[in-house]
Amino acid sequence: MAIWVDKDTRVVVQGITGREGSFHARLCKEYGTKIVAGVTPGKGGTVHEGIPVYNSVMEAVEKEQADASVIFVPPPFAADAILEAVDAGVRLVVCITEGVPVFDMLKVADSMKDKGTRLIGPNCPGIISPGKCKIGIMPGKIHIEGPIGVISRSGTLTYEAVGQLTSRGLGQSTSLGIGGDPITGTGFIDALEAFEQDEETTAVVMIGEIGGTAEEEAAEYIQANLSKPVVGFIAGQTAPPGRRMGHAGAIISQGKGTAAEKMSKLRECGVHVVESPADIGSAIADVI
Amino acid sequence: MLHLTLMKIHEFQAKQLLAKYGVTVPEGKVVRSSAEAYEVARRFGGTVAVKAQIHAGGRGKGGGIKIAGTPEEAERYASEMIGSRLITPQTGPEGSTVRMALIERGLDIKREFYLGIIIDRSEGKPVVMASSEGGVEIEEVARKSPELILKEHIDPATGLQPYQIRKLAYKLGLVPRQVSGLMTAFYRAFEALDCSLAEINPLIETGDGQVLALDAKINFDDSALFRHPEIVEMRDFDEEEPLEIEASRYGLNYIKLDGNVGCMVNGAGLAMATMDIIKLAGGSPANFLDVGGGASVEQVKNAFMILVADASVKAVLINIFGGIMRCDTVAEGVVQAVQDVGVELPVVVRLEGTNVDRGREILNSSSLDFIVAEGMGDAARKVVAAAG
Repeated sequence: MAIWVDKDTRVVVQGITGREGSFHARLCKEYGTKIVAGVTPGKGGTVHEGIPVYNSVMEAVEKEQADASVIFVPPPFAADAILEAVDAGVRLVVCITEGVPVFDMLKVADSMKDKGTRLIGPNCPGIISPGKCKIGIMPGKIHIEGPIGVISRSGTLTYEAVGQLTSRGLGQSTSLGIGGDPITGTGFIDALEAFEQDEETTAVVMIGEIGGTAEEEAAEYIQANLSKPVVGFIAGQTAPPGRRMGHAGAIISQGKGTAAEKMSKLRECGVHVVESPADIGSAIADVI
Repeated sequence: MLHLTLMKIHEFQAKQLLAKYGVTVPEGKVVRSSAEAYEVARRFGGTVAVKAQIHAGGRGKGGGIKIAGTPEEAERYASEMIGSRLITPQTGPEGSTVRMALIERGLDIKREFYLGIIIDRSEGKPVVMASSEGGVEIEEVARKSPELILKEHIDPATGLQPYQIRKLAYKLGLVPRQVSGLMTAFYRAFEALDCSLAEINPLIETGDGQVLALDAKINFDDSALFRHPEIVEMRDFDEEEPLEIEASRYGLNYIKLDGNVGCMVNGAGLAMATMDIIKLAGGSPANFLDVGGGASVEQVKNAFMILVADASVKAVLINIFGGIMRCDTVAEGVVQAVQDVGVELPVVVRLEGTNVDRGREILNSSSLDFIVAEGMGDAARKVVAAAG
């Protein structure tokens, strides 16, 4: 068991002939992911890295039964790529692209409502169910199979947490980065809900960052709905306040958004919060 | 990842942009000398406002906004401001050098309001905020009397609707036709310019019922600047930290801080966590520096040089968890940089992830004296000890 991706997931790579897309399509395939197709408009009919390339996602879905997509296209084209994948009916879209304009994402998120496609990202490392499927740019080698779910807003800090777990022999059911942009698809709560339902997962690591109120909302959800222990860390405890989001941002969140506030809210709701990012692995070992 | 470098512009630039979309602003002209200030004030006739143009807010409290009754007075205020360092609650104790002043025709102000738009992350929508308490710090209003801040969420597909403007206008005690043109234009500008924050504070009503933007502030979504070359041109390098400008030329995300431990990390989340762990170990970070996901040897070298150009840095911590970025690339860049610059500072290196063994080998086989750390905790303790 794992959440959202497993050995049967069939993946189409949007932007497969670009530098990033090409490199990571190969690494994902080497990991064992079923990379069944690539899409680059105008390059349909060719074969790249041993993978058939199509002009559209729709074609990749029809010909190769792709049910998930991963996006490596440049920022100006990312919103369109997401909407194309949604239109083609894939159930999961993972957008790796960093630097997608916020307004583009507002419109994408609005248009995706009730369409039945899950979006992870943008600006995220992707999702991996160790030993089964890797859709993203994380180093596959640091992961091992096991019972810990990992959700994070960060990229490399997720690897740090996974590395600490693996070095203690604590494997992961699924690890995903939801992305650090203001507007993202999947949030903490979606992943927490899935980990709660996943039989294999026995504990969850949740890594947040300063800004926004997603962690506070997740804390309330955890208190009300999670039977499994959660270890939390918030990055940015020492970030200088003047350099954060514009001051009006603090108004809409009713003064929430600092690391201290997030940490105390998580603690209040029963999450095992660690102050040091070096203590994530040992904290999980303590709670299971 | 967090966008820590927000592109900022001056008040007069924000007003120019808003005016282009139809927001009414006072008649004004930016000047760079007191003689010019005199000329403009004489041409306007009557009372004028003389406003120092710096990026930081809170100018009024620092003496950066003056009302002049005559051209001579305007000239005097401008000569006091231009070339001086203005200290406001937002500049820090060192202040910020004033290079320009905005001269505006004086207005008969009857009432002051607040009007702002930001993106509400939890709702996934822009939200227009308005308040009858204008001209003061809006976060003060939010803390003391949150009921005085009106909010209207905007559907990103349809934009700000007339009924929403009417709702806001009546609650503010205005007649909708006084503000409908301005509010429509303000929202249109917010969307068209890809703003992350836009504020008019105060929005004023004059004695004859006209409504204008007396002050304006705009922050932009850095990710959307590629489609706004006209905004990129407004960037004022005089207002930015020189090392941060240099870092941005190399595509590095760098922010100078007050401590003495220089940090080079890949990824914003890990970079923030590294700053946190340095504090926990009893030290203080000198900067935030994210070298990004796929940095080259050259990039790592540039990053290292920017780090050590800060004289307050007493020790350097390099913390890399290689994903796309390979540890051997980092190691090569660091070795080259240390050789080229001839760095005398202690350098603590913690490498993990892709090609970690080759990376460590490069460090060990160089004749240079690196302190190798195992894990983040160990790295933080070692670098704090080395910084003294």
